Amino acid sequence: MKIIACIKQVPDSEAKVRAENGQVTWGDAPLVINPFDEYAVEGALQQKEANGGTVTALCIGPESAREALKHALAMGADEAVLVSDPALNELDTVGAARVLAAAIQKIGAELIIFGRQTLDNGSGLTPAQTARILGLPMLSWAGHIKVEDGNVKVDRVIEEGRVTVSAKFPAVISVVQSIGEPRYPSFMGIRKASKATIPVWSLDDLGTSAPAAAVRRTEIMNPPVQETSIEIVSGESPAEIADKLADKILAEKVL
Amino acid sequence: MKTFVYIDHFKGEIQPASWEAIGLGKSLGSVSAVVFGSGVDAVAKAAFEYGADEVFVADDAALADYRAETYASTLSALASVQSPDLILFPTTARTRELAAMTAVDLNTGVLTDISGLEANGDQLVATRPIYEGKVLEKSVCSGKPVLATVRGRAFPKPEPDASKAGTPTKVEVKADALTNVEGYSASESAVNLGDAGVIVSGGRGVSNNPSLQPPAGMDEKQTELWRAQQGFTLITDLANVLGGAVGASRAAVDAGYIPYSHQVGQTGKVVTPDLYIACGISGAIQHLVGMRNAKIIVAINKDSDAPIFKQARYGVVGDLFQIVPALTEAFKKKLGK
Repeated sequence: MKIIACIKQVPDSEAKVRAENGQVTWGDAPLVINPFDEYAVEGALQQKEANGGTVTALCIGPESAREALKHALAMGADEAVLVSDPALNELDTVGAARVLAAAIQKIGAELIIFGRQTLDNGSGLTPAQTARILGLPMLSWAGHIKVEDGNVKVDRVIEEGRVTVSAKFPAVISVVQSIGEPRYPSFMGIRKASKATIPVWSLDDLGTSAPAAAVRRTEIMNPPVQETSIEIVSGESPAEIADKLADKILAEKVL
Repeated sequence: MKTFVYIDHFKGEIQPASWEAIGLGKSLGSVSAVVFGSGVDAVAKAAFEYGADEVFVADDAALADYRAETYASTLSALASVQSPDLILFPTTARTRELAAMTAVDLNTGVLTDISGLEANGDQLVATRPIYEGKVLEKSVCSGKPVLATVRGRAFPKPEPDASKAGTPTKVEVKADALTNVEGYSASESAVNLGDAGVIVSGGRGVSNNPSLQPPAGMDEKQTELWRAQQGFTLITDLANVLGGAVGASRAAVDAGYIPYSHQVGQTGKVVTPDLYIACGISGAIQHLVGMRNAKIIVAINKDSDAPIFKQARYGVVGDLFQIVPALTEAFKKKLGK
């Protein structure tokens, strides 16, 4: 079975991301594989282990995004492909989905697995848009994946509980954390990844052009600074502390 | 402006942010609510009461279970005929998927999880969080209609008026599902952190009550889980008195104390309640990004150096196993419960 894990490179979640002079900056914080996409790679590797086949990690990004793909390779992915083109700087999610769809068709796959969203844009739209463009079933928010008799069955984790949904191959899946903790890259994996050649595909290689973006950012801002002066509530006994604290909370009129 | 509002519901249980979206739509012009499902008369009726000028209903057995493809095709076909300027959705797992697909069909885009929307000439400018809320962006969509999902509790909820009623307009169903829904199991506890006005959360600390004597015959892990359960019972009691929901840190979820659906933070849910009480949560950055926009944050922790205190309005340095039950009692008395 051919499996593609779609990943993205983002600033580390510890990074102090700020708006500065109309740009988003994160200082010297490292760029890493999007944490949600580590679950996608994990889910892909689980399916490879259960059903045989190969895992290809696929990423759109600048040359530096090779490092995110190397992380996927070190976790155990067999191959990696980087789609990189100067014309792709202004992609919106539909545009990203169109480029991914073209790359997925070129690679060919029975399962295409995404993380549920990225840490940077955070919209979580790209998986379903990729499925829609490819005309494939979308199995979103999967906490568990099982392949049987040409069908793929997932437990979809939603606010209200778990819904079991199935579809025929090929299918697009987005995974959530319940899929299982992403494995750490092994020593052998890291060595293999450091030696791997990662092909870089341009839009020409995909036989497509840069999609026009419908969604465009016009301004970035830092969130309003919140008042964080803390008041420590103390007292002789838990009951006294609780009584004072309850009065203070009630005085805030938030209940 | 002509706005559609998609009323998101799960088996008839309506996401309250749907009504907030109606309120937002009304502030811009006329609102047509869109209701899909099977046996959804009550949902359509409620949409009128919350102020929809018109309600489009696709009521069909093929829509009994939410399935993205069928719902998106039905919505796209309706929007193609009716040409709204704007389609609003409450932000949920379902609507992110539904809006995503509908945008592909209609060759437009989606502004997700918006907390502000202003008309600037004939352009709509949305405010939304990026980088886990560390930065806000204003963004626009040049396609038509503009699709946007509305963050829960970001816009005022209109008061329902039982005297408002109307006759829904029937919509044709496009049944082209590619998936089968085979089963459903409800969460052990209903969790709707996105709409909760009050959240009481527990962290790793909830399993640290040394005064508890676990039942005999438990191994170390079982003892830890048993202790955690006792801890979360105290947290649930406080949440119940305050009419709130129970949240958790990633550490507590990873340790198996409570299901993932309760997780607040970067890999869980970003929440904006009026009151957030963090119990035994140290305040890792990944948790803080999920709750720091709560109006009032209260931290209860043994460790006075815990980072959570830097975010909190009120803090108690103390034992949560003593403070939380005492707080529950205090609120019971003061709220007359």
